[in-house]
Amino acid sequence: MKLAVKDAMRCVGCQSCMFACSRRSGNAGLSNTCIGVKSSGGISKGYTVIVCRSCENPPCASVCPTGALVPKKGGGVRLISSKCIGCGLCQDACIIDAVFWNDEQDKPVICVQCGYCVDYCPYDVLELIKDEKGVSHD
Amino acid sequence: MIENDTLSKVLYIDLTKKRYFVKDRKDLFEKYLGGTGVATQLLLEECPEGIDAFDADSPIIFAVGPLSGVFPLASKTCAMFKSPHTGDLGESHAGGRSAIAIRMAGYGAIVIKGKSELPIYLSISKGKVLFKNATTLWGMKDGSVAARVMRQNEDGEGLRAIFRIGQAGENMVTFANVTTETYRHFGRLGLGAIFGSKMLKGIVVSGKQMIEVTNKKEYRALYDQIYNAATESPVMQKYHDVGTAINIKSLNSVNALPVKNLQRSSTEDIKSVTGEEIAKHHLARRVACAHCPVACIHLAYLREPYDDDPYFYKTTPVCYDFELIYSLGTMVGITEPKALLKLIDIVERVGVDAISMGVVLSWITEMFEKNRIKEDDLNGLSIQWGDVDTYIELVKNITKPSTEFLKACSKGVSFASSVYGGKEFAMQFGKNEMPGYHTGPAGYLGFLLGARHSHLDNGGYSVDQKELVKVDLSPEQVVDKLLDEEAIRQILSSIAVCFFARGIYDLKLVSEAIKLLGFSLDEKKLMDIGKQIHLNKYKFKMREGFSFDKLDIPERIYETKDPTGKITKEFIHNGLNYAKNLIN
Repeated sequence: MKLAVKDAMRCVGCQSCMFACSRRSGNAGLSNTCIGVKSSGGISKGYTVIVCRSCENPPCASVCPTGALVPKKGGGVRLISSKCIGCGLCQDACIIDAVFWNDEQDKPVICVQCGYCVDYCPYDVLELIKDEKGVSHD
Repeated sequence: MIENDTLSKVLYIDLTKKRYFVKDRKDLFEKYLGGTGVATQLLLEECPEGIDAFDADSPIIFAVGPLSGVFPLASKTCAMFKSPHTGDLGESHAGGRSAIAIRMAGYGAIVIKGKSELPIYLSISKGKVLFKNATTLWGMKDGSVAARVMRQNEDGEGLRAIFRIGQAGENMVTFANVTTETYRHFGRLGLGAIFGSKMLKGIVVSGKQMIEVTNKKEYRALYDQIYNAATESPVMQKYHDVGTAINIKSLNSVNALPVKNLQRSSTEDIKSVTGEEIAKHHLARRVACAHCPVACIHLAYLREPYDDDPYFYKTTPVCYDFELIYSLGTMVGITEPKALLKLIDIVERVGVDAISMGVVLSWITEMFEKNRIKEDDLNGLSIQWGDVDTYIELVKNITKPSTEFLKACSKGVSFASSVYGGKEFAMQFGKNEMPGYHTGPAGYLGFLLGARHSHLDNGGYSVDQKELVKVDLSPEQVVDKLLDEEAIRQILSSIAVCFFARGIYDLKLVSEAIKLLGFSLDEKKLMDIGKQIHLNKYKFKMREGFSFDKLDIPERIYETKDPTGKITKEFIHNGLNYAKNLIN
C-alpha cells in the first residue's frame, strides 16, 4: 500500500490531513505530522501536498549513520527511534521534504503509509493505493 | 486546564524597547477560556483609561482558544484593541492560519505595546521574537507584495501566519484592516491603523507543537463527530457551496439588501452579482482556513485586457463574499461583476475594511448627488452611482487624503457627517458602518447594542428573518434574545470557534470538547461566563466614553422599505432604553 497525492489541484489547504496524521499518536497539534501542505507561492496559486513516496531505494535510509532508518520490502522506511541520534541527515537527503521533524523529540517522523489521513481529506486529494504489477505511481 | 498546556502562556512584546517576555496567565484562561474572554481582560489591564488609540501605550492583543489546533473549526484569532474608529472597544476576528499558528507557536495570547522608531515586522517562532527592519516594505501600494517579501524571508512554510497592513494602515485610516493569508482580515474597527501608528508592518508567526488531551480515545471519537458534522451537516452547506454570497438573491427579493446608500432595499439589476451567478462565471478556487474542512473562502479570477496590447491580460485573484457584494456592489450601485471585482481588488490592496469603505463611498456619492459637497472636496473627482473607475480613484484618495473632506472621510461616516452634515443618511451604528442587513428592527437593535456594533455580535438579522416577519415581538423580547445570543457568542469566540459553525458547536458540545482540555464547565456555567464577558466588554466601553444616549441613528432606516415593516423610532428607542437598564 502506498499513500499518494491523487489531485493536488483539489486541495483547499485545510490541513485536516496533517492534523489527522499527528492525531494518530492520540494527542492534538501538529508535532507528529508527516504530511506537508503549503501554498504553491501564494494561496491563490493553490497548494503543494507533500507525502512520502516510499522510495524503493530510499535516500533517507542510505545516509542514516546509525541504521535507524530501515528500508522496507516494497519501498519506504521504518524508523527505529532508539537508534536515531537526531542528526537530521535523512531530512537533508529527501529532496521533496517528506522527512518531517518532531521538534519536541528532536527526531524525524516518518510516514508509515497507514492511510489514516486519507479518510480526513474531504476533497479526495489523497489516496491509498494497492501495489499492482504494471501500475505506476505518480 | 491541563497543567502543561501552553495556552496560558502570554507573550508580551515591547516595540519601543525591542524586547519580550512570557508570562503564565492561568488565572485568566481558567476563568475566561481564551479568545475574546481573555483578550477583554488583557485589554482592561493593559490599556490605560482614556488613552489616545494611537498612543504608544495603546495595546494590541491577540488571543486564541483551547480548541485551536485540537478540533476543526476552532480557527479564529480574536484581536482586541482600543478602536481609533469608535473610540471605545476594538475587536475583530480573523481566521486563515492565524489561530493555529499562534497556538502551535506555544502561546494563548500576544500583547504588543510601544512604538518602533522605524518600520519593523515581527518574526515569532521557536520561543523567540525577532524584530526585523521593514523600512523597504513601508509605502508599497500593494500590501500583498510586502506579505510576499516576508514569506520569502521567513521559515515555517505551510505552518505560518503572515499578518500585514497596507497603505491605509500606514496612513492610519481609522478603518484600516490587518490582512492574514492574503484573503482573511481583522477587518473591522481599525486594527490596521494601530499597527501603522506603531510602525508595525506585519507579523510572521509559526510553530508545530503537540497539545495534550485528557483522554485520547474520547478525543478521537469527539473529533470524528465534529469533523463529520463539519463536512456533512446541512448547516455548513451554504458556506461550503456558493458561500455567504448566496444571501444576495434572497435578501434582495425581500427588500432587505441595502442599495445606493439604502435609498432602496432591492434592485432589479441584481442578476449578474448573485452568489450563484458569480460562482458560475467567475469562481476559480475555494480555499480554507487551517484546520477547517469547510473551505468557505471563494476566489474569483478577474481577467482584464491591457489597453496597449490586444493579447496581454492581467489576471487577478479576488476574494468575494456576501458583505463585499453588498458594500462595494449594491451599496454603491455596482451590479456588474467585473466592476465589482475591480473595486474589491483595490480595497484589498490598500488594506481597509471593505464594509466601512463601501458605506463611506456611498455616503460620499449621496452627498455629491445632493450638492452638499463639490468636486474640489473630492480632489477634482465627480462621482455618481456605479462609476467604478472613479470609485477606485476615491479609494486611493481616501487612503492618502489630500483635501479636508477626504481626510474626514478617512475617519469614517460618523466623523465626516459630524463635520459636513448628512447624518440622516450616514449609515453607521455606534460609529461603525453598517453591514448589508436591512432586515428589520432586531437587526438594527443588534448593531446598536452589540459590543463591537457588528451584525455578528448577536445575529439580530436572524430574529427579523425567522420571527419578526411572521409574529410580533416586543422590543424587550427582542433585546432579551439579542443579549442571550451575544452571551453564547462570547463563549464561541472565547474558544475561538468560527461563528459559521454555531450550528454545530452548541454549549453542550463546547462543554464536552473543553473537558478534554481540562476545563470542567457545564452549559449553565458557560452561559454565566458568556454574560460576564459581555459585561466586561461594556465595562471597557463605558470607561472609554460609550453611552447609549449618544448613539446617532440615521433617519434613513425608518424611510426605506424592509421585510418586517416594523422599523419604527418607538421600537428602536424602547429597545435601547430597556437594554440600557440591563447593561448599565
